[in-house]
Formats: sequence, C-alpha cells, structure tokens
Amino acid sequence: MSLTVFTQTAQHERFSFHGNVNVGKDVTIDELRQAYHAVVLSYGAEGNRSMGIPGEDLPGVFSAKDFVGWYNGLPCNKELHPDLSCETAVILGQGNVALDVARILLAPVEMLKETDITQNSLEALANSKVRRVLIVGRRGPLQIACTIKELREMVNLPKVRADMLPADFKGIAEVLKDLPRPRKRLTELMMKAVKEGGDDKAEKCWGLRFFRSPVEVLAGADGKRATGIRLALNKLEGSGESARAEVTGQTEDVDCGLIISSIGYKSIPIDPAVPFDPRRAIVPNEMGRVQDTAGLYCSGWVKRGPTGVIATTMNDSFDTARVLIQDMEDGKLDLSVNKPGAKAITALLQTRGVRTVLFSQWEKINAEEEKRGRSLGKPREKLLDVDEMLKIAWS
Amino acid sequence: MAASTAVRAAVSFTQKFVRVSPDCSACPLYRLNLCTGATDGFTAPNRHLRTSIGVCQSADSSSPEEDERVVNVVYIDRSGQRIPVQARVGENVLYLAHKHGIELEGACEASLACSTCHVYVSSEHYEKLPEPEEREDDMLDMAPMLQENSRLGCQIILTPELDGMELTLPKVTRNFYVDGHVPKPH
Repeated sequence: MSLTVFTQTAQHERFSFHGNVNVGKDVTIDELRQAYHAVVLSYGAEGNRSMGIPGEDLPGVFSAKDFVGWYNGLPCNKELHPDLSCETAVILGQGNVALDVARILLAPVEMLKETDITQNSLEALANSKVRRVLIVGRRGPLQIACTIKELREMVNLPKVRADMLPADFKGIAEVLKDLPRPRKRLTELMMKAVKEGGDDKAEKCWGLRFFRSPVEVLAGADGKRATGIRLALNKLEGSGESARAEVTGQTEDVDCGLIISSIGYKSIPIDPAVPFDPRRAIVPNEMGRVQDTAGLYCSGWVKRGPTGVIATTMNDSFDTARVLIQDMEDGKLDLSVNKPGAKAITALLQTRGVRTVLFSQWEKINAEEEKRGRSLGKPREKLLDVDEMLKIAWS
Repeated sequence: MAASTAVRAAVSFTQKFVRVSPDCSACPLYRLNLCTGATDGFTAPNRHLRTSIGVCQSADSSSPEEDERVVNVVYIDRSGQRIPVQARVGENVLYLAHKHGIELEGACEASLACSTCHVYVSSEHYEKLPEPEEREDDMLDMAPMLQENSRLGCQIILTPELDGMELTLPKVTRNFYVDGHVPKPH
C-alpha cells in the first residue's frame, strides 16, 4: 500500500496517532470508552485458522500468516528459519495469500531483489532447493478463492511452468460462457495455463490441485519432521459458489518437506469486556455498531470476517464512519457529556510506564528503513527489532 | 501488501510526477527514476520529455501547442451533483478529480492494484477510449456494480475527442442497508 494517502490523513490537524500501546493490556476498552465519545475497533485478523489435523505441529509446517510475516519482516516472525532444502512444497488453500506464498517461493531472485522483502529471507530464498509448489483446494476450479491479478502473476512468472491436472477441469469449458465476468475471466486464465503450461524447459513448476483436503501431516522414519501430507479426495455436491466438498473415503499421499497452511486469517478478542463471537471470529455487530455496547463500533475484517480486497474493506470503513456520524446526528451517541480524550489516556499510560510513539516519531522509523534500503537498491530495508525501532523513534 | 509486489510507480498527487500511461514503463528515464515529469502535478510527462530532454521518442506526434487544448468534462458525484471541469489534453481523470475536490478514491495511487477509482464513462466517449490493458480489466473485475461502460479513472488520459465526456461515480458500496436507508453523502 502506498504510504501517501495515509500520510495525508495522519497529518490532519484533528488526527493523532499513539503507537506502542497494547490495547487490552496497557489500557482497557472500558478506559478508552470513558475517555472518548466513540471507539472504533478496526484491528483486523492477526490469528489464523488451523487445519486441526495430526502432525500439524511438526517442523516443516507453517501457517501462511507466519510465513508471510517472515518474508515481510514482522518482528515476531524473524526467527522462523523455514527449511527450504526440500524439492516440493504444498500450500493448503487457494486464496490470494496462498498464491502470494507460491510466488515468493518460485520467483527468480532477480525479481525479489528489488522489492522490500527482508534481506534474511532473500538470502534464504536464493539458496532454496524448492522447485515444485502445489496449491491445494477442497473444491473445484469454479470455487477457487483467489482473484485474477494474483493468478496472472503466477502464470506470468519467468522460468516457471504450470503443472495442472486436465482431469480437474472436466466440464468447465462448457459452463464458461454463463459465468459472471470476474469468475469467467479467472477461469479462462486457468484453462489457458492448463493448455499452455508455460516454459517447458523451466526447472521450477507450480500447480493447482483440486478436490483435496488435508487429513494428516506425515513424518519420516525418525518422526522428527514433516516429509509428506495425506490428502482426502473429495467430490463436489452442488455447483457455483455454494458447492460443497463431500468425502469419498479415498486418500492420496504427497511427498513434501514444506507445508504451508493458508486456510484463512482469524480475528482474536481484544478485551474481555468486548462481545466476541468465537464461531465466526468477529465482534458481533449491526452495521458496525457493537452489540449491546453504546459508543463502540467496529470496521473491516474484525466486523465482517477476513475476506475482501482493498475496495471492499475501504467501502466498509466508509460505511462504519457514516453509521457513526448518523448516530451523532440522531442523538444515539451521547455527546452532552465532555470527554477528556487523549490526555487522559496518555496520562494513564505514563503511570503504567508505557511510552507512546507519535506519528512524527513513526516517520523517523520509516525514514531509517528507506535509508537502509537505498544502499541495497530496495525501496526499504525493514527493521526487525522492536527495541531498535523504539530507539530510533524516540531519538 | 506482501513484499512480493514489485515496486509500482505509485505516485501521489502531491508529488510532481505522474505515471499516467503504460508507455512510461518502456521509457528508460522512468525506469532509471530520472523522469522529471511535468511541473504541474496533473499532466502527462510526455510533453516535458519530448521538448526539454528529447530522449523519449514518443509515438504521439502532437505538438506542444495541442497539449494546451482545453477538454471540458463533467463529473457526476455520488449524490448526483454535476460538476463541470475545464481540463487539458493529457490530464489524468483521477488526479483531475482530486484537483477539483471530487471524492474519487485512488487508494493505490494509479498503480493498478485496486479498483477504488472506478467510474462510468458516458457511452459515446467510452467508445473513444483505448482498450483497457489486461491489468486494468483484472482490477475492474473487483469493482462493485461493474457496467459495460466501467473504467478505472487512473487509466483515462484526456484527449481532444473526449471533450464533453461525463464521468459518473458509482453509488459505491456493496453493502445495502436492510431497511433501505440511504447513507448521506460523505
């Protein structure tokens, strides 16, 4: 995401940023509600759905959240050290995140070198032995969850060929013309990859595998790390977006040394005082108004669940803002009492030994990352250590 | 966004240069980050390159005088209000909207990574636009309420034959209120 739109908002006179605060631990939601007329929860989905299968905790198995965090420079994932010495990697899930992971595993290093991928992961990927990536989904080609932009980036990867199973695409050509435009274009691109395959001489390949669900991670003879995955073969009941995967009882084993589970992010509860629906992993709400809690709103993935592209989530945030403003105008939000705002909260945090980071201080971290990137020919080199970031912010 | 996304020529309307057309990616100045663009933030860099640097052999043979020509367009905002705008050849529909305070979002700043600058183009002018490149079509797939005359504003560059074009902002969200409530324009 470009920083500039956010930077403009951040520099608005009525905006202030207080970083380095762990809400729920350093300050509670109730304390925030006492200090502000309205509080909006917009903290996304930082957890991940687990496969819930035996062997999931074996070395060699990672959540996409952690793997993406590793190459993106999230401090908590800097010690991930994924072992990339195997030939085959299997990714469970076929959303945009799964395709991102596949692309990072197979993209030529020359391409990655010019991005803001961390230097550590760049070096690990330069030495990677991974040559084949399979992206596995429960249902069929017409239910694939990724969008065309990400699929096209895989199809267009230089020095990589597509390895699909034509049998998975039986009957698809016939229904193409009746599909809505986005689904139609996406499916046509997949069919093209099935037919053309890409550069025959390429030593790296990727493939989509359909109608398969993970049932067990298999360990080698020593039982110490993942060496394969057992997949259940499904059949499809129904059609279109609501088609269901049903078990057939058959399974198939795939040898692989790297398994990445990309079956969805998940929101986590921020504070016991905030209602939370553990089944849907969202804050229960009506149009963004948190259930039974006046003055508390939610927006984005924590409100609707972890799906959607930029436009979806952006429009959703506009909706939440409109609802909040409407409540101000209707009197649903009680504005008659004065609220102290930030000064009460920063005072409270100070008594608890929590020092905040202001936006201008965040900009120092940003400037340092860009400076380090310049000497490496990258847009930025991310700082991986929070203490180092704070030292720079407060310098 | 994942670090895997290659560096896009994402630019801000507060900066001086604008990546406004696919032609830029073929230009050595742009690729070496030497493109100085235009002095006003909203016109295409081609004119500057041709006249002051002379390196870029643009296929477009229009003379500098033609680039000053006025193009009148009308934006129709989300509440239906008509906003006539006098613009110039070479201006970009997204940045032109920002210049005139029209609330057309450009979240990815013209880098073809989102669909927030989605507009409907008046049909007779839609015909006159060059075909969208594949990457624009990919992003249009994600725009709610897509129509036959949908385009991404950041990819529309004004030419003389687009005089009179009307650009309608879609009535936004995928979320329709259950009770039929119509949100006030923001």
